[in-house]
Amino acid sequence: MKRIIQPVLAVAVGLIAGLAVTWGAGENPWHVFRILVKGAFGSGYDVGMTLFYATPLIFTGLSVAVAFQAGLFNIGAEGQLTLGALAAAAVGAVWPGLGSPLAPVLAGAVALAAGTAWGAIPGWLRARRGSHEVINTIMLNFVAAGLASYVALYMIKNPDSQNPETRPIGAGYGLAHFGLFGGAPVSAALPLALLAALLVWILMGRTALGFEIRAVGQSEAAARAAGIDPGRIRIIAMALAGGLAGLVGIGEVLGNSGRFILGFSPEYGFMGIAVALLGRNQPAGVVAAALLFGALHKGTAELDLETEHVTREVSLVFQALIILCVSADGVWCWMGRGERWSVGASERGAGGAGGREMRWK
Amino acid sequence: MTRQLLESTLRVSTPLIFAALGGMFSERAGVINIALEGMMLVGAFGAAVGTLTTHSPWLGSAWGIGAGILLAAVYGICVIRLRANQIVAGTAINMLALGLTPFLCKIKYDVTGQTPAIPLDERFQSAPLYLSWVMVVFCWLWLKHTRQGLWLSFAGEHPEALDAAGIRVNRVRWAAVLVSGALAGMGGASLSVYLSSSFARNMTAGRGFMALAALIFGKWKPVPTAIACLLFGFAEAVQMRLQGVVIWGKDPIPVQFIQILPYLVTILVLAGFVGRSRAPKALGTVFRRG
Repeated sequence: MKRIIQPVLAVAVGLIAGLAVTWGAGENPWHVFRILVKGAFGSGYDVGMTLFYATPLIFTGLSVAVAFQAGLFNIGAEGQLTLGALAAAAVGAVWPGLGSPLAPVLAGAVALAAGTAWGAIPGWLRARRGSHEVINTIMLNFVAAGLASYVALYMIKNPDSQNPETRPIGAGYGLAHFGLFGGAPVSAALPLALLAALLVWILMGRTALGFEIRAVGQSEAAARAAGIDPGRIRIIAMALAGGLAGLVGIGEVLGNSGRFILGFSPEYGFMGIAVALLGRNQPAGVVAAALLFGALHKGTAELDLETEHVTREVSLVFQALIILCVSADGVWCWMGRGERWSVGASERGAGGAGGREMRWK
Repeated sequence: MTRQLLESTLRVSTPLIFAALGGMFSERAGVINIALEGMMLVGAFGAAVGTLTTHSPWLGSAWGIGAGILLAAVYGICVIRLRANQIVAGTAINMLALGLTPFLCKIKYDVTGQTPAIPLDERFQSAPLYLSWVMVVFCWLWLKHTRQGLWLSFAGEHPEALDAAGIRVNRVRWAAVLVSGALAGMGGASLSVYLSSSFARNMTAGRGFMALAALIFGKWKPVPTAIACLLFGFAEAVQMRLQGVVIWGKDPIPVQFIQILPYLVTILVLAGFVGRSRAPKALGTVFRRG
């Protein structure tokens, strides 16, 4: 029961705290809340945009969750999704003539491969060189941004645009939009994200590899005693995490803009950390949390126009407050659970990667 | 040309040095500080607002430092008092700063992106640059020659030993995190009232993370860390100078490769390909009295 109540409470507390911030800015919090709900679910188009924003968050949330399960922090989803999207756009720009069923599949596979490779690097560095994945993934985010900027501005630049973006992809690559959502760019990427969640659930709960990943995440010593090579598992887990983040490119490039636009992601990678945390690193939880944050992202977009003082950036404030509420395990001990429970809780830390194990090296 | 490059290297490394020294305090005490970026950002905002209000860069910087300390206190409550995971809480603090600053900017000045410009004569001319190097020397001496400096290192290396000596580990960590916020706030201040003339949305643009990289590159020691900041500052200065310059062919030089150099070097150093960097032993661990 606690597994469900805690995230729900955290969301409630985070939302109330966020609304209190808007109240402090001289807005009526109830008015702000109504704009949020109306902005996110008011029409078919609004629902579509919520789903459109939720799609990449499912991918990045799964990415962070898979790494979490192996006891690793993937702060690098942002870089992985950047390279995935860039790779998909590059394929589409270089071979524009390719036809429909093959073209998007190829671009999607390349996005997956690019993300996988970029994720495997910090996995390898952790497993074989002993350097911590948190710093390495942060650094690789900047490296990815630099590489993407170079490729987009020098190698496959869009000659018809002043914006930093790549040439448009061929017509055969584009994904159709579902008709239900009033023109919102909801494409096959959404069912693909749900399928990915299902596959992650099967992998983690029903396969030997999933068991090995969780074993390494819970206790390296025990995993080693059981004959598992923790290094190998860490590389696999980070590669998997990278691949999942790389798939963000499908919905963005093939399903929406038809090109790689520098800075297209409003920090989906970092939001993925919040999504995974709120979803308790379980695929179903990740999907639910992604929908919530997608709705928040869409809802707050209206605040710029509809209120006097509140800007859409307040979405980040809501998210930050929700993360802080979920992550502060100590709060739940404060609330009368007593010391006995708290020892186990902080030992687990946030989703298995926390507590005593958190070191750079 | 060389002189200009040198000057601009010193200038752009100033915020990095402040922030990296801030990171050093908290990390040497055993608290990971991913939140440097956010603390810098609120520092930059606080200093811009403070300078616009008080018409003095010094008082303005004090506002920035105060803002940094305030955010550091929130971080401290989360990770020391509530034992939240430091990476997760740090990420959240960064988001909070990124979201809160444009929001407050809108409330105060009714524009989202940017504060009004600070007049030239109300900005710093070169004081933060000198101050940053004074701080480097001071931190070096303080760590080496004072008891408190020793406590700081013990809180990060052997918290149990410090506790056995009768010093409250979490108090040392609290002090370290707050100092960290103050220095990062000053780093932000030197960004908004020294290097530029206003606060802009996300104006730190990863400098907090770069400071963290310099800290690792400098093996968590003040002087090597400052030198790493200079190196990264040099890369930034070169990149600014070469932006749009055409040397051969028709395209400008791709400055992106210079841009990613500091991050790449940090990865290599941490992996032991170029030297070796070892973190404080108890970094990231929760201390609970036995």
